[in-house]
Amino acid sequence: MKDHLFAAGHTACSGCGQVMAARLVIDASGKNTVVVNNTGCLEVLSTKYPESAWEIPWLHSLFENAAAVASGVESGLKYLGKKEGTNIIAQGGDGSTADIGLQALSGMLERGHDILYVCYDNEAYMNTGVQRSGLTPFDTNTTTSPTGALAVGNLRPKKPMPEIAAAHGIPYVATASVGFPQDIQKKVKKAFSVKGPKYIQIHVPCPLGWRYEPQLSINIGKLAVECGLYPLIEYENGKLSGVKQIQPKPVEEYLKAQGRFKHLLSKPEEIKKIQEIADSNIQKYGLKLPAATG
Amino acid sequence: MKEFLEGSHAVAEVVKLCKPGVVSAYPITPQTHIVEDLAQMVSDGTLKAEFVNVESEHSAASVVLGGEAAGVRSYTATSSQGLLYMAEVVFNIAGLRLPVVMTCANRAISAPINIWNDHQDSVSLRDTGWVQLFAENIQEAADFHLLAYRLGEDKSMMLPVMVCMDGFILTHGIETVDIPTQEQVDKFLPPYKALYKLDVENPISIGPLVDPEYYLETRYALQKTLEEALVLIPKLTAEFSKVFGRTYNGLVEGYRLEDAERAIVAMGSVCGTVKDVVDELRKKGKKVGLLKITSYRPFPIAAIYDALKNVPKVAVLDRAVSLGSFAPLASEVRAVFTGKKKAPKVISSFVVGLGGRDITKHSIKEIYSLLTAKELHGEYIDLKPELLTPEFKG
Amino acid sequence: MYGPLIIKPGTSRNNKTGSWRVELKPKFLQKDCIGCKMCAVICPEGCIQGEAKNTYICDYEFCKGCGACALICPKKDILMIKEE
Repeated sequence: MKDHLFAAGHTACSGCGQVMAARLVIDASGKNTVVVNNTGCLEVLSTKYPESAWEIPWLHSLFENAAAVASGVESGLKYLGKKEGTNIIAQGGDGSTADIGLQALSGMLERGHDILYVCYDNEAYMNTGVQRSGLTPFDTNTTTSPTGALAVGNLRPKKPMPEIAAAHGIPYVATASVGFPQDIQKKVKKAFSVKGPKYIQIHVPCPLGWRYEPQLSINIGKLAVECGLYPLIEYENGKLSGVKQIQPKPVEEYLKAQGRFKHLLSKPEEIKKIQEIADSNIQKYGLKLPAATG
Repeated sequence: MKEFLEGSHAVAEVVKLCKPGVVSAYPITPQTHIVEDLAQMVSDGTLKAEFVNVESEHSAASVVLGGEAAGVRSYTATSSQGLLYMAEVVFNIAGLRLPVVMTCANRAISAPINIWNDHQDSVSLRDTGWVQLFAENIQEAADFHLLAYRLGEDKSMMLPVMVCMDGFILTHGIETVDIPTQEQVDKFLPPYKALYKLDVENPISIGPLVDPEYYLETRYALQKTLEEALVLIPKLTAEFSKVFGRTYNGLVEGYRLEDAERAIVAMGSVCGTVKDVVDELRKKGKKVGLLKITSYRPFPIAAIYDALKNVPKVAVLDRAVSLGSFAPLASEVRAVFTGKKKAPKVISSFVVGLGGRDITKHSIKEIYSLLTAKELHGEYIDLKPELLTPEFKG
Repeated sequence: MYGPLIIKPGTSRNNKTGSWRVELKPKFLQKDCIGCKMCAVICPEGCIQGEAKNTYICDYEFCKGCGACALICPKKDILMIKEE
């Protein structure tokens, strides 16, 4: 187990999708990596004093400033002449990335720092108890977007973070999913093959917040991709450059596997709206595999 | 070399001589001239540093935090809303024991928005674990940056230091300033060696989650270290004097206090005005004096006690308020004498100069005249009652 | 003076999370394993190791018993069995 750069003994929930992804990311980046972590599940579960799961230099400051702190670390290492050969990762959850940390992230991307920003997207504020974030999907039942007589769940679709990152014209943006673990590592390596700011957003199913059995993280991640709700895409220099194509499955297959969407199963009109989101993704990114000929 | 310089230029020149490797800031009046100068130096190649233009003060503080965590001497400057916006990072930097040096060009806090000088910004962040040094004049403002790096980076300290200089009055004022040579600065300030840093050869985790079993000790350690700074500061100013030829106590400065019957306690540039008034009143035979507080954090309890224990009447000037309670500096000066046998009979408190209201010699004379047997609490000087109405009248 | 500030790398290994398991634990049959490594790749604890086919095992000191390895195994060569 010594060869992993993210050690066992951390306190993540059983079956946590985020730690699967975090280990894949750091192992792909290698030991010459410095990580700056926003506050959130990953920070709390990996560095409760006096034990750390990290085998690389790691720094946590605040909830929303990893991108800015990493900018300072990068500048410091540049000043020391130690930047070459060192990978720098800033990382956080969806709330610290797309909501409270968006400004700092935008600054980091715009200034052109040679940093990979990784957003572990579990689609709500899990560390504080499953509150709605800007990356919570439409109609999701969270503790601050609860279903009720007057509400179905979260009122708004996901904020288009990959597009927002790509709009900065940075060299590389990608989405990934723990449903496709090798793809995560491929994309991290690709990101570090180019200089400048990079953004990877990884879909990390959360057994506790999404309410499913802990062994299912990989399957649920896969389903999100396969129904078109979590397109795996790449942007290079602001242009769409890669898409994982799928034989689209109905969104219901994905929704019915999770407690956070359970309230929708009796509401076909709502499922239809979510199918429309998936269909729109499929069309927008050209996700659909060409029909087999022959 | 003596030069006729704007305060901001003088500070920028001295910061340059300290050779910071990471500089980051966000524009805010009246701080901006300092970092404009540093940006020009980086652009001209006379300062070898990474200048990071950020999108907010929160990120400016975060960038210098990151620079220090990488093991590099770092610098930022801000003012007013900017300091408040970086407040949580300011706490964080101290908690991580990173010796950032920051200039705060002291300015009032909104609302209503006001770009002029008072001390509300720095004073509001007095509990962050930073050393706060208040400068009386431009020479002090410049010199305190040398002291700040030397003090903060001492292995026994590892504390961030805020040099507080009155906005406009010192940042935009012009005085003759002695800018030291690089040789002098190098003699006083050795290259920065971090206590710990982000290093792939020694991969530690910094900034852990610390639960109730461990947190209390982090605060105790900061408190004790700040108390130790009260011992170290005078040692460093003595050394400073040998290298640069200027002498500071670094904690407090007494002015004509020896036989004083009435004394004013104040911080920052107003001390210059008070000194002029003291001289005038002394000429008329009045036994008055001044105690200037340079180090607001750590608060020099023993030095204040020694300086004021035999002064019968003391007036404390606050250029900040603690709305709903006693004025901040006054309540702390009073606390110094709680339960002490030797103590002033009267410690009166005055609020002055908020939002850039001029503190004239007349204002100071009024304060001395109000310093009678009757103790005053938070008396506002130069208040215009005609601007106040009991009800909102639009 | 300093309080708790930094942590040495990999010290989480002192925290034996195997005690979290309640009902089930994985059994690596080492019969039909093709050495695809997927169990090791996705294990949230990173506590599965192996070199070639039919060599994969997990460290029960850390395994939380989530069952992801059993589910991902293409040969059903990992079973979730009752804790003794």
